[in-house]
Amino acid sequence: MNRRTFLKDAIVVITGAALPAAALEWLDPRQVLAENPQIRWAFLVDTHKCAGCGFCVKACKAENDIPYEASVTRTWIERYVVTQSGELLADSPQGGRDGFTSGSIDLPGGTRVSEEEIIRGFFVPKLCNHCASPPCVQVCPVGATYATPQGVVLVDRQWCIGCGYCIMGCPYGARFFHPVHKSVDKCTLCTHRLTRGDASACVEACPFGARQVGNLHDPNDPVTRAVVSERIGVLRDSYGSRPRVYYLGLSKEVH
Amino acid sequence: MIPAVYGESWTLKELMVLPNEFIYWSIQIVMYPFMTGLVAGSFILSSLYHLFGIKALKGVSRFALVFSLALLPAANLPPLLFLQSPERAHYIFITPHFTSAIAAFGLVVLLYAALVAAELWFIYRPYFVESEKALRAIPGLGLAGRLRRVLFGWLTLGARDIGEEALRLDARVVKILAAVGIPVACFLHGYAGFIFGAVKANAVWMTPLMPIIFIVSAVVSGIAFCILCYAGAMELRKLFLRRQFARRHPHACSLAEHRLAGIEEVEVRVASRYLAVFLLVALVLELLDVVFRGYTAMKSWDLLRQVVYGRDFFEIFVLQHGVGRLLPLLLLLLPGRTVKRTMAAAALVLVGVFMMRWNVVIGGQSVSLSAAGFMAYDLPVAPRDISAFKEGVAGALLVLGAPFVLFWMLNKIFPVFIVERAERAIKT
Repeated sequence: MNRRTFLKDAIVVITGAALPAAALEWLDPRQVLAENPQIRWAFLVDTHKCAGCGFCVKACKAENDIPYEASVTRTWIERYVVTQSGELLADSPQGGRDGFTSGSIDLPGGTRVSEEEIIRGFFVPKLCNHCASPPCVQVCPVGATYATPQGVVLVDRQWCIGCGYCIMGCPYGARFFHPVHKSVDKCTLCTHRLTRGDASACVEACPFGARQVGNLHDPNDPVTRAVVSERIGVLRDSYGSRPRVYYLGLSKEVH
Repeated sequence: MIPAVYGESWTLKELMVLPNEFIYWSIQIVMYPFMTGLVAGSFILSSLYHLFGIKALKGVSRFALVFSLALLPAANLPPLLFLQSPERAHYIFITPHFTSAIAAFGLVVLLYAALVAAELWFIYRPYFVESEKALRAIPGLGLAGRLRRVLFGWLTLGARDIGEEALRLDARVVKILAAVGIPVACFLHGYAGFIFGAVKANAVWMTPLMPIIFIVSAVVSGIAFCILCYAGAMELRKLFLRRQFARRHPHACSLAEHRLAGIEEVEVRVASRYLAVFLLVALVLELLDVVFRGYTAMKSWDLLRQVVYGRDFFEIFVLQHGVGRLLPLLLLLLPGRTVKRTMAAAALVLVGVFMMRWNVVIGGQSVSLSAAGFMAYDLPVAPRDISAFKEGVAGALLVLGAPFVLFWMLNKIFPVFIVERAERAIKT
């Protein structure tokens, strides 16, 4: 064997040995699972079905220990009314907790709109959008808020310093300071219920089936089917946060 | 009892505002960039002498550097008073999440503090050595005197050589530190601007101009603050001298007082020139931001216009630009300027910079994410409870007063005025 052949063979052997070693190093099972989890939660809201009863808000507050009388809430319903003159009126008194039983819009002076004047009226339930690129996670200075591999954005109550930067960073107004725990609070999609096989509290409480939670990685899941085959919309797409709460029947007035 | 919702007591909602929306970032978050701006600005003023050798600013530059160090801890008070869990503030060092614009702030502040402290040490080293030597020479020194001697001994850090060569080396190090310090100071405050400018959810804040606007307004506020405090301190010194002298010579004029007045006049005149230039740049940048938004008229302008030209017109155009920018500019540029007029201009500039911070922080939050409503901030005046104290007028005054107390304490170690005498003593 001359020197040339020896060097050639040595390079082949070293490269061949290095490749599998590098592959072993790269393939961290946790990372693989995180990148390809079997579950990726998403939420579907059918605005056509929402009647503004407020059961979802009540159920959420009860399930997640949010003081009932406090004005802050993890989920809320907005009412939109478009009049014949093109005027848009919107309200969400107490987050729609008590249902929209009055025809009067909750604005200064209690604006009353007669039925003849209304061209369109509809309800839009809202919650944390559990974004795929969550701006709130990006701005948390201590890493107290994070996205799980299953696509749920959570807050570590024990680690949150309460700077409020995530509240400022959220384009959806989904975050607030918990009145009792003094840390930032938000919708968890009822992860504690999802992990034991139950639906989120608001989904379960909705008498009209306007809210659904599902697994985007399951092609047979009704939510996945709707996201793939229906004409759906998301809120504030231009912010680049890639929200995972999908809406059926979203109107242009809704931000 | 209903548990109090944070922000509910001082937020006034108008039209359609989302249930979780309040003015979360209150007066302390206004104070925070205001104080950081004073820190950065006063450092930059001090560097004008140390780096560029503008001799006329020698006195005010030393004053500015000591004040910069005094302002630094005070600039960290507002976030501590604001945090919902201040006891966890150190988590920012334990688990810094570097994608956040706030995460590295602690590190930048520490780096900056180290820089200012190092520069001060090199400037005051001869003073420490001389003071220790002088105290050592006094026989039968009391306890306080002995403590001072030990303190100055420690402060020399064992470097007691004040020969010509050593002092020249010190001066060179100070120059290098001042040169490094300028970008660090700009970074410190540009960073504060970035914290706001990078929030994409807020249309008022989101502009790449924000860090630049913050840096320039920081320089403006720092120079104005130092002029005001320096001239104020000089006026007090003159007053003391006059009284002292009048007691001994009721019908004559003090030469020392005239000398002080001369120094004050020169320093204030030169500093006020820089103030006028930076003030003009600040005004142009801030107006450029508004003009650009109005001209491009993106969707968010519909609401911003209502804030800028309607709801916050008085705060923005009257207080910030009128009283805080144009009026002091006139006071500085019109002929026949006196020290007192410069002081008045500096005070107005500080009002203007404070209003700029206010309009960014509070004004920025006043537009609801619903794009159909607004929020107003009702600043708590009476400290009814701990929250109203921390995030009300009392808390803001506490933050404003803290640097003066700290300056008074630091002045015992780094005497801003007596050192002139010590320097003369060294020379002779």
